[in-house]
Amino acid sequence: MERIPILRMGQFLLVTIQVDMHDRLAVQLQDDLTQRISEWSSRGVLIDISTLEIVDSFIGRMLANIAAMARVLDAETVVVGMQPAVAITLVELGMSLAGVRTALNVESGMELLYELRGDFHSEMSE
Amino acid sequence: MKSGRQETVPIGNSADVVLARQKVRQWAIEMKFTLVDQTKLVTAASELARNALEHGKGGQMIIEQVENSAKNGLKLVFEDRGPGIKDVEAALRDGFTTGGGMGLGLGGSKRLVNDFEIQSEAGKGTRVTVVRWK
Amino acid sequence: MSKLPELIKKHEEEIRADWLKQLSTATRRSDLISDEEIKTQSRELLAAIADGVKTGEVRNLDGPEWAPAREVLNAVSTSRAKQGFTPSETATFVLSLKQPVFSVLRKQLASTPDVMFDEVWRATLLLDKLALLTVDSFLQTREQLIRRQQEELMELSTPVVKLWDGILALPIIGTLDSARTQVVMESLLQAVVQTNSKVAIIDITGVPTVDTLVAQHLLKTITAARLMGADCIISGVRPQIAQTIVHLGIDLANVITKAKLSDAFALALQRTNQTVVKVNAEGARKPFFKKEE
Repeated sequence: MERIPILRMGQFLLVTIQVDMHDRLAVQLQDDLTQRISEWSSRGVLIDISTLEIVDSFIGRMLANIAAMARVLDAETVVVGMQPAVAITLVELGMSLAGVRTALNVESGMELLYELRGDFHSEMSE
Repeated sequence: MKSGRQETVPIGNSADVVLARQKVRQWAIEMKFTLVDQTKLVTAASELARNALEHGKGGQMIIEQVENSAKNGLKLVFEDRGPGIKDVEAALRDGFTTGGGMGLGLGGSKRLVNDFEIQSEAGKGTRVTVVRWK
Repeated sequence: MSKLPELIKKHEEEIRADWLKQLSTATRRSDLISDEEIKTQSRELLAAIADGVKTGEVRNLDGPEWAPAREVLNAVSTSRAKQGFTPSETATFVLSLKQPVFSVLRKQLASTPDVMFDEVWRATLLLDKLALLTVDSFLQTREQLIRRQQEELMELSTPVVKLWDGILALPIIGTLDSARTQVVMESLLQAVVQTNSKVAIIDITGVPTVDTLVAQHLLKTITAARLMGADCIISGVRPQIAQTIVHLGIDLANVITKAKLSDAFALALQRTNQTVVKVNAEGARKPFFKKEE
């Protein structure tokens, strides 16, 4: 079954969502991420949704779940690149994704992750 | 309201929900809706199609171009033969969720469109009709 | 068979001359429309009416035989709406046709009062309907105009300004209704993307009242910006506004609010790890406009 690839960048994981996900794919991503975070003791997850043209309540909940589960595993999550039209629609839909950190793009997102969880010493020693 | 051409999309599995989204996007682009309006329409379609699948055990979506005095609009009808909704009022009620709440996404979808109509009876299925005007 | 068609056709010139006389005494508004234009419009309309009346149909003007008349009226009404006439001035244009038509009917049908009455009634029905058509299309034109102006105004009144690297300011002037909020959100988010900003200062000095609805709209805007990685600070909160917010029990959750824009800016600088530094006196005295050569 197709899966969304998860890249490892040192202590952090990078996920780029480029396809119009159907629900099962989204659930699979949640499972895979929690698996990997725990396997690799990742300290942060960057989810790039800059090419996602819609985020409905299911995807929204997926993002919130990922952030919550990651936190339990001591990892921070940053969602980056939400398109303006998507943000406006999500807000109208009634979702605020309050527990999810956000940034404008991958660069800012990585900066934020480093600020929050970056620990260069332990990265070097891996 | 005058009706124009229409298209029916069956909703039997989650891949159909994706297809439904894409179809609505195509129609909205053709009718030259703004990007924000397109996004709202497609998102509403996603919510309602998913409802028809999950809660209604499958059904169909009918897309139709409509006209009203001076405006053009896109009408979406979601029908299913599921268990129906007992308390429509409650289903429409919701507040800002942080993504943790369940809900049928009905209240949210209502805010994404201009006209919203729902007919549902316990045991007799549900039909939701929404219109977004240009 | 109605005598109206042939009578109107036969006495078209007379009716038109009389009509023009009527118009010049009634609401003429020569400041808004030229004599030439009135003459042309009256000629076209009368000809169209003469044609339409031939079918004998005076109650239902939706048919194709009345299309020319409807078009002329629509054009007349639309142009007058744009020129600044009132709806009744425009309707009077049509209604003042009654007198001339009735004169002709009276002269020609004096010997048959019953027939005369029928024709007068028919003419009245017709002209009243035509006058109402002008009112409808007048209103439609006006509404379109107003809507367009509103849109332009909304766009103009929601400028987004880059205060500094990563810091935007969004002064809101006027009331914040749901339509306006959409425009505000779009402008703000667009600007966040273009300037890569992390902080947006929403200044509400120019917002007269903040009630529960306005607060909701503000919160929506702030949430949308947050979803794109930009935090918002609300500035320009006047003491009365603060009172209203408390009285209404509005929960601004974790939104930071400041009374002064300068305070908000200082906070924004902090948040973006920037600071303002005073340079030494020598550097400060350099003039910042070019000396004349």
